[in-house]
Order: sequence, then C-alpha cells, then structure tokens
Amino acid sequence: MAWVLKFFVSSVGRKLLMAGTGLCFVLFLTTHLAGNLLLYRGGDVFNAYAARLHSLGPLLTIFELGLLALALVHVVFGLWLFYENDRARPVKYAVKKSGGGQTWGSATMPYTGVLMLAFVIYHLIRFHFVDKTNIPIYEIVKAAFQNSFEVALYVAAMGVVALHVSHGFWSAFQTLGAHHTKYTPIIKAAGLIFSMVVGIGFGFIPIYMRLL
Amino acid sequence: MKKSISLTLKVWRQAGSTEKGSFETYAVKDISTDMSFLEMLDVLNEDLTREGKPPIAFDHDCREGICGMCGAVVNGRPHGPEKGTTLCQLHMRHFSDNDELVIEPWRSRAFPVVKDLVVDRSPLERIIIAGGYISVNTGSAPEANSLPVPQEAAEKAMDAAACIGCGACVAACPNGSAMLFTSAKISHLALLPQGRPEAARRAIGMVQEMDRLGFGNCSNITECQVECPKEVSISNIARLNREFMKAWLAADEK
Ligand code: HEM
Ligand code: FES
Repeated sequence: MAWVLKFFVSSVGRKLLMAGTGLCFVLFLTTHLAGNLLLYRGGDVFNAYAARLHSLGPLLTIFELGLLALALVHVVFGLWLFYENDRARPVKYAVKKSGGGQTWGSATMPYTGVLMLAFVIYHLIRFHFVDKTNIPIYEIVKAAFQNSFEVALYVAAMGVVALHVSHGFWSAFQTLGAHHTKYTPIIKAAGLIFSMVVGIGFGFIPIYMRLL
Repeated sequence: MKKSISLTLKVWRQAGSTEKGSFETYAVKDISTDMSFLEMLDVLNEDLTREGKPPIAFDHDCREGICGMCGAVVNGRPHGPEKGTTLCQLHMRHFSDNDELVIEPWRSRAFPVVKDLVVDRSPLERIIIAGGYISVNTGSAPEANSLPVPQEAAEKAMDAAACIGCGACVAACPNGSAMLFTSAKISHLALLPQGRPEAARRAIGMVQEMDRLGFGNCSNITECQVECPKEVSISNIARLNREFMKAWLAADEK
C-alpha cells in the first residue's frame, strides 16, 4: 500500500488530486447555480426547493461531508504545492516579463484560491449555519442583499471564482493527460464559457435581490 | 538603417556560489547589429580584460543553437525576446540604440549560481540518469524495417528530442518547474517502440528524481513552451502525466 501514498505525494500525483477535486467543484458549482437561479422565481419556489433539498436528510449530510473532504484535499494540497513552488525560486528575478504563456487566471491561482476559501467560510456562516427556524431562507438572502456592501462583496467574490475556474477547468484536463490538437481548444473555450456563466450567473443574483 | 548600436547593460556579477552577488552597470558602444548576443558580451569582456577587471562568466559552446549551454534572462525573458531562439543565436539587430538590458542568470533553487551568469544545471543530468535512456546490448545495427515506426510517432518523438536541455523552461516557469524538460525526455522515448519496455520505470524514476531535486510543480501556466528555444510543446507534459498514471496504476512498478 506504500505505493498509493508515494503516488499521491509525488508532484504529478498531487496535481491529479487538485484536478480531480477541482472538477468535482465544477460539478458542485453547476448544481449550486442551477438551484440558486430559482431565486429569480420568488420566495415560494425557492423556499420549496430548499425544503426539498433538506428533505434528503442523511443523503444531504453525506454530500456535505463529501464536499468538505474535497475542500480539505484541494486546499491542503494546493497550499502545499504553492509553498513548494515559492521555495523553488529563492532568489527572484530583478526583471521578469511574461512571454505570453500565462493568463490572469493561471498567474493568480493560489491567491484566488485563498480568497475563495475566506469567502466560502463567510458564505457558510452567513447562509448555512444560520438560524432558519423562524424565517425562511429566501427572506434571509433577501435581507442580506439589502446591504450594498454585502452585494459588492458577493459580486467581487464571484469574479474571483470565475478567474480561478478560467484556468482551473482547462488545467485539470491537461493534468489528467488530456491534450489533443482537436479537443484542447474546445476544452479551453468551454472553460472560459463556464467561468463566465458562473461569474455572471451567481454575480447577478445579489444585484437583482438588491433592486427587488 | 543604423549598423551599430550602443547599450547600457546591467549584469549580475557574483564571484562564487557562496558569495553575494549584485548588478553592475556597463556601457557598450559601437556594437555591430550583425553580432550575436554572446559576441556582444565577448566585446565587453575584452574591454574589461584590458582594464584589468574580471570578465563576465557565461556558459556557451556551439554558438549554433544546438548544444544547450548558453542562456541568460534578458529583460525578464529567458534567451531574450526572440521566439524559438537561443541566446547565442539572438542577434543584436533585435535591439535598438540606447536600450537598457538587465541580464540575469537562470533563477532556480535547483540551479545554484556558479559564477556571474553561469549556473549549475547538473540536476537536469540527474533526471536523465534516473531513467532517460534505453538499455540495449550494442552490436551490429538491426535491420531497419524490423521495427516499424509510424511517421506521426517519429515526428512527435523528434519534436520532443529537439530539447537541448538548456533549462530555459525552468527559468521561465513562475513555479521553477522542470516538467517541460522531463516530459520531453520521457516523451521522445515513450513514443518509440525501443522506449516502451522501460517506460513505466522511466516515468516513475524521472518524476521522483525531479521532485527530489527541489524543482517546483507544474501549474500548466505554459510560460515554458513560449520561451523554449526549440519550441517543445506542453502536449509532452500531458503525455508525461499519462505515462506516470499508467506506470503507477497499471504496471507492476512500485
Ligand atoms: C469552488 C471552489 C473551487 C473550484 C471550483 C476549484 C477548481 C480548481 C480546478 C479545476 C483546479 C485545476 C487543477 C489542475 O490544475 O489540475 C484548481 C487548482 C487550484 N486551486 Fe482550486 N478550486 C476551488 C477552490 C479553491 C480554494 C478554496 C483554494 C484555496 C487554497 C484553491 C487553490 C487552488 C490552487 C493553488 C490550484 C493550483 C494548483 C496547481 O496547479 O499547482 N482552490 N482549482
Ligand atoms: S552555445 Fe550552444 S546552444 Fe547556445
């Protein structure tokens, strides 16, 4: 069994864990966005959706614990890679210019990652670990987004998510060994479209709720 | 068109690997635009020698862009600003009169500075020793048609084998990763029938050695591929990832 450990602590093995967990988050973001878009259909529909979701009971708990485990792996391994990458160049360049390979997304992965972690913790405290016994979730969300600062924070956070995924999506496929003259351009385009859908899709909800 | 230019150079000077280094500023005048970058440094070194000062140490050998010995970061770009060009093949016509050039050695934990612009790139050699070869008994050459190689595989293997091991990929990578180098060496053998028998051992051995030497990890930023003087593609990195997965998950190799 030692080989399993050796595999997952190697540079490529750790990258594979980043790619696998990252793609799981892509799936999560898709379902989360689909659910949240119901906010546009008003309180009754959204509260009914939330009730249905919570009626899953233990199944939902299993999914939540699964997400937590994925997040732990992604964050711990991401920070470990970042620490090593930083150490790999102890003396920095006096002048460093990009030759055109890097993008805003790829150049900022660890930073957007840490910002997202901070946001996720805040987000969970705000809407997950909140007392919902007397007010339905729709009202909590609506009340939160009456505050312009809160709206701005959410919009900015969604920009950060879009930036992270704009590189992460394609990068995960490359890490998994999928590089092809025909498919790589399609995967890259799909990643950009997905990150824009996520950024705009989530980002407009707080603005809409504020204007309501 | 002006045939000669004058430049201000800020060059990293470091007497030895344990010494502290710093930038020194030099003015070079009347540099023919037909000169290569290294010839321009030769001119400066002759001046320095005449003045009784130590010349700037830099690596070079073939000066034809094929040996992989030369290389420095010029204004933030490994091997300078031209695409697909080694420093020895970079000509001064690509610069303008009165340009200011900052010249630094490759920066990597795995490549300690030996002197000035010379770094120790033997870690790349260690990666090769860990598996970048095939084991065959020598003797008379086998009949060429006994091992058919598809044209496409031969082309891809040749593209990967174009790597001259200069280390520009490591220098260019924001993470200081040696994945482009390692992937080129794994690929050019993995694509050919002669390389298949040892493919699993090679993939695991070379990646583990690369990790051990203190290089960073690949984040698919692709700065390596745009700075590579031989334009080696990151499709080789994806192939390395596939070979590595196959080796761990399917082969008996541990
Ligand atoms: C919704 C949340 C997230 C999603 C959808 C996501 C998605 C991804 C994806 C798909 C990758 C590409 C993997 C690869 O290059 O093979 C990635 C990489 C990365 N993620 Fe995330 N991620 C999320 C949260 C985070 C958080 C909270 C951190 C905090 C530290 C983080 C840090 C990183 C880093 C540093 C990388 C680059 C690793 C490397 O290539 O060396 N991510 N992410
Ligand atoms: S000196 Fe041989 S490649 Fe530049």
